[in-house]
Amino acid sequence: MRELAYYEAKFEALGEIMAADERVHLIGGTFLSLSTRRAIYQELVKKYPGRAVSPPISELSFCGLATGAAMAGLRPIVDLSTGSFIFEAWPQVANEAANALYMSAGQTRVPVVFHIFHGIRGGGAAQHSHSPQAMFWNCPGLEIVLPSSPRDVKGLLKTAVASDNPTIFVDHVQLLEVRGEVPENDKPIPFGQADVKRKGSDVTVIATSLEVQKSLGAAERLAEEGIQVEVVDPRTVVPLDFQTLLASVEKTGRVVIVDQCHRSCGIAAELAARIAEEGFDKLKAPLRRVTTPDVPIPFSPPLEEFVTPSESRIIDAVRAVLR
Amino acid sequence: MKKRDREELLPLLEKMWIIRAFEEKVSELYAKKEILGLIHLGIGQEAVAVGICSLLHQDDYVFSGHRAHGHAIAKGADLGRLMAELAGRSTGYCRGKGGSMHIVAMDAGFVAATGIVGGTIPLALGAALVCKEKKKRQLAVVFFGDGAGQTGAFHESLNIASLWKLPVIFVCENNGYAEFTPLSAHTVVSRLADHARTYSMPNVTVDGNDLLAVLDAAREAVQRARSGEGATFIECLTYRLRGHYEGDPGKYRELSEVAEWKAKDPIARFSEMLKQKRMASEKQIREAEIEARARVEKAVDFALSSPWPEADEVTKQVFA
Repeated sequence: MRELAYYEAKFEALGEIMAADERVHLIGGTFLSLSTRRAIYQELVKKYPGRAVSPPISELSFCGLATGAAMAGLRPIVDLSTGSFIFEAWPQVANEAANALYMSAGQTRVPVVFHIFHGIRGGGAAQHSHSPQAMFWNCPGLEIVLPSSPRDVKGLLKTAVASDNPTIFVDHVQLLEVRGEVPENDKPIPFGQADVKRKGSDVTVIATSLEVQKSLGAAERLAEEGIQVEVVDPRTVVPLDFQTLLASVEKTGRVVIVDQCHRSCGIAAELAARIAEEGFDKLKAPLRRVTTPDVPIPFSPPLEEFVTPSESRIIDAVRAVLR
Repeated sequence: MKKRDREELLPLLEKMWIIRAFEEKVSELYAKKEILGLIHLGIGQEAVAVGICSLLHQDDYVFSGHRAHGHAIAKGADLGRLMAELAGRSTGYCRGKGGSMHIVAMDAGFVAATGIVGGTIPLALGAALVCKEKKKRQLAVVFFGDGAGQTGAFHESLNIASLWKLPVIFVCENNGYAEFTPLSAHTVVSRLADHARTYSMPNVTVDGNDLLAVLDAAREAVQRARSGEGATFIECLTYRLRGHYEGDPGKYRELSEVAEWKAKDPIARFSEMLKQKRMASEKQIREAEIEARARVEKAVDFALSSPWPEADEVTKQVFA
């Protein structure tokens, strides 16, 4: 099977999506981030003039524009770029897009995709390093997608665009160069389908987005010591495939949840609560979370490293649940 | 004033009366606690809704704010389903899940109302973008009050509409008050149309209680949008004869001011004009009101005899 870089798989997905449905519009232009790869994205802009537009720096209005366009029949993918910037558009995402189908009792569909790069990116500091996905989990009506591999980003982006619901597509710039297998003629990946990225029998590590890659790295190192870690990737938290997570909990009895959101009320917090509610009698030890602490993200590189969930912290947590 | 037929203008009086009758009935039902929640009535502002919407087609997109009943009715929403929604019944447009501030009547092309000041202004941009691409001479209209003129959403949207030459009409119902304080307590700008000037957008300020003036402004704006010439800002000076919301004691307004505007009632003025120009008889004018109240009564009967939603409705339509 061929191997692609994450950004290549994502770009391939965008191209196929644009070719397949002329209702798809791209609003904003950093889908491949501000990296050197950005020039590749210009190929799409050239190929589809009028369908790949660059709005002014006014997130509230261009997210509202995308929402309204979706209500009128378009299928826009809006790029907010840095995840923190979605705060500028909060009313349109959380109070208009998320509510529209419900408030209208199904008269209005909002097939819009809000694309962000979340998390700690290297020097972004407090205002450019947010992981807002858990905040959106607290807004009913939004689907939340977190790809972690080249195969997943391609398959999930297709489903995100095909979905009639407003979708938050949560990406991470540090995933862009990750390499992985992507089949030719791949199929879209359904939402609500978790993926066991690595099988193991000793400890379940549940992770999302970039932390899946770090968890796989940690699992490799732990395997050398004879500890078999199972890495489970929900891929979408809304809708959530809790059954697969629970099945792994039942298998190993020991859980570590890794998440780049802040500790309080992050993705890990909600997963932990559900496991405690439904899998308590399967646990052989208290579960552990590896998250970003409840502090604004500092600038200086050693400080930033200190707050970022890392392979070593994951390894420490796995050892802790095994004690 | 252009020469107009009785056929063209009498129906507009009838439409204004339907809105007036509807809103007065809602006020009555609210006082009897048959309708609950937050209700914002547009009594006194009927000429703006009717003047603008009478020139629109079913497939033009209309957006509004929290004071939206009149706009929805003018766009063609069904009175019974609208009343049922206000009364929280399962037969309402939104199955009781939207309520007064979130009316959606997609069959009439009334896309969204919002409880957030300025919330639908950016949405209208998106609908206008779709209209522009389809090239079928469709357009989008968004109604908002003077209070929205200070929001970020308002200014950002005027910018994008002018930059991308979108077929959208911004209709500002300047009734002099943003909630409970006069406009002058919110901004040094007394004419919101001036904001459009900043973005080089064609704009006009009209007497919003003069239906013919609203029609003239609307005609030009609709033509501009349909012919690909872009956006227009229409500021309509008007007045809400009731409080900001039902239950508002309205102590922040002088009684003399309310009386002054009552004398400029859009329905009375239009009726007088029709009589003067012999475009309608006294009898036809009275019948417009009687008919309107009869239709609203039917809507009330339908609404209040409709069932409440079942408990399982709360989990329906969270996702498509």
